[in-house]
Amino acid sequence: MSLYASRRGANAMATTLCWVAAVFGLSWLLLILGSLVYEGVRGLSPAVFTEMTPPPGSKGGLLNAIAGSLVMTSIGVAIGTPLGMLAGTYMAEYGRYSKLTMIVRFINDILLSAPSIVIGLFVYEILVHPMGHFSAISGAVALALLVVPVVVRTTEDMLLLVPGSMREAASALGAPRAHVVGKVAYRAAKAGLITGVLLAVARVSGETAPLLFTALNNQFWSSDLTAPMASLPVVIFQFALSPYKDWQQLAWTGALLITVAVLALSIAARALSAGRRNSK
Amino acid sequence: MNAAAQIAQVKAPLTKVSMRNLDFFYGETRSLKDVTMPLYANKVTSFIGPSGCGKSTLLRVLNRMYDLYPGQRAEGEVLLDGENILDPAVDINALRSRIGMVFQKPTPFPMSIYENIAFGIRLYEKLPRADMDARVEGALRGAALWDEVKDKLQTSGLGLSGGQQQRLCIARSVAVQPEIILFDEPCSALDPISTAKVEELIDELASRYTIAIVTHNMQQAVRVSDYTAFMYLGELVEFGETDDVFNKPQAKRTLDYITGRFG
Repeated sequence: MSLYASRRGANAMATTLCWVAAVFGLSWLLLILGSLVYEGVRGLSPAVFTEMTPPPGSKGGLLNAIAGSLVMTSIGVAIGTPLGMLAGTYMAEYGRYSKLTMIVRFINDILLSAPSIVIGLFVYEILVHPMGHFSAISGAVALALLVVPVVVRTTEDMLLLVPGSMREAASALGAPRAHVVGKVAYRAAKAGLITGVLLAVARVSGETAPLLFTALNNQFWSSDLTAPMASLPVVIFQFALSPYKDWQQLAWTGALLITVAVLALSIAARALSAGRRNSK
Repeated sequence: MNAAAQIAQVKAPLTKVSMRNLDFFYGETRSLKDVTMPLYANKVTSFIGPSGCGKSTLLRVLNRMYDLYPGQRAEGEVLLDGENILDPAVDINALRSRIGMVFQKPTPFPMSIYENIAFGIRLYEKLPRADMDARVEGALRGAALWDEVKDKLQTSGLGLSGGQQQRLCIARSVAVQPEIILFDEPCSALDPISTAKVEELIDELASRYTIAIVTHNMQQAVRVSDYTAFMYLGELVEFGETDDVFNKPQAKRTLDYITGRFG
């Protein structure tokens, strides 16, 4: 009986510790989100979405930064997704047993956790320096380099989850490898593959460091990919560190916008993968 | 044709596949040992034997499914209409279009019932919509599934019951018009009613196709097959007409197995 009682005691203690740890972690998250909403919502107005970033002391919005983020993230994802999907497909479908796959997976894992500032410096060296100036396109390339490892990883993982019997069944009909992969395995893994891309978008849309060294910033509207371009994270970085009250307010609002966008993407990704599980 | 000739024909059916001195290796492990036997045209041949005896392996040699995996290889000869299918020069996809396979667990593709069937057909033929509809219907009728699914052809194949899924997979194999169909324990994941339906189907298919079926269920072998091969530890112990193998087995190991003394 005493053994049973002590076990119950240990169980109660462990459960309490788990609760305390969870509450401790969540309370910081809530504090951050709370202050973000509190400070950010005050600055929300139509002007945020219609006017350019202002010089200190005058009215303005974040339009050029929002547009810049959308443009560079889109191009980055457009470059990085096909590369990542192809590499992931090779690893899961064609070279599953090859040495190359093991090497690529190892390197990809390193790339996955590489500090993004290193990526920024790398692109500075290979693009910004030769071009002689900062540009939106080098910002997009830096983001693409962050997208690739995320997409490689999820593509491989999701394709590995497709049961081998599905591939055998398609092969048994005489389907060539490309058909087995493109028409059956991709379809079976579709929700997971989309989730991977959404997660990659969420990952890069908040990145500041790689853009600081590549796209820099731009006070004005720019649609020129070879010129510097504004982005939300860099504007937040600049405005938040400034001594000007109205700039700080815009930084809060910009931070709120990014957070809400990333949150929405993550929820969409979750909903997709939950849907996948239910349909099985 | 006189009576004697008829009897002779019954006694000596046409050989569709002829395995000669077939060995199979998973890496270093030899799991088929010098198997020599025929599959007769338009007959059902069942493979029985305890787990690990090599019967599924043998089936996977016949459509070279093992080619998907490194380190697996077959030696000897497997003649399909006289042509050795183990020859590296053989076009594997063309070979597999002639030899269909139905697996232990139903493997519908993650697409509609209609698309599941059309998938295989589209690999070989470009058909106008109406012709494709007819082929899909024909395949589903052939697998005794049409009446159950005709009103929901566009819904996912994954939504069907296990027995329906298995018949969908049979329909999918039949749709590409193979010459041989391999069944790898097709009923082991099914309830008795679904099993009966699939067995009935195999019976019907035997008039048009050469069929090989691996089964753990000896009653099933008796019910569906004309010929039975008993395998043990990678060797072919006995092969003959099903009635003979079960009623007067030649080898002691066969007798022991079918009377339940081991296995």
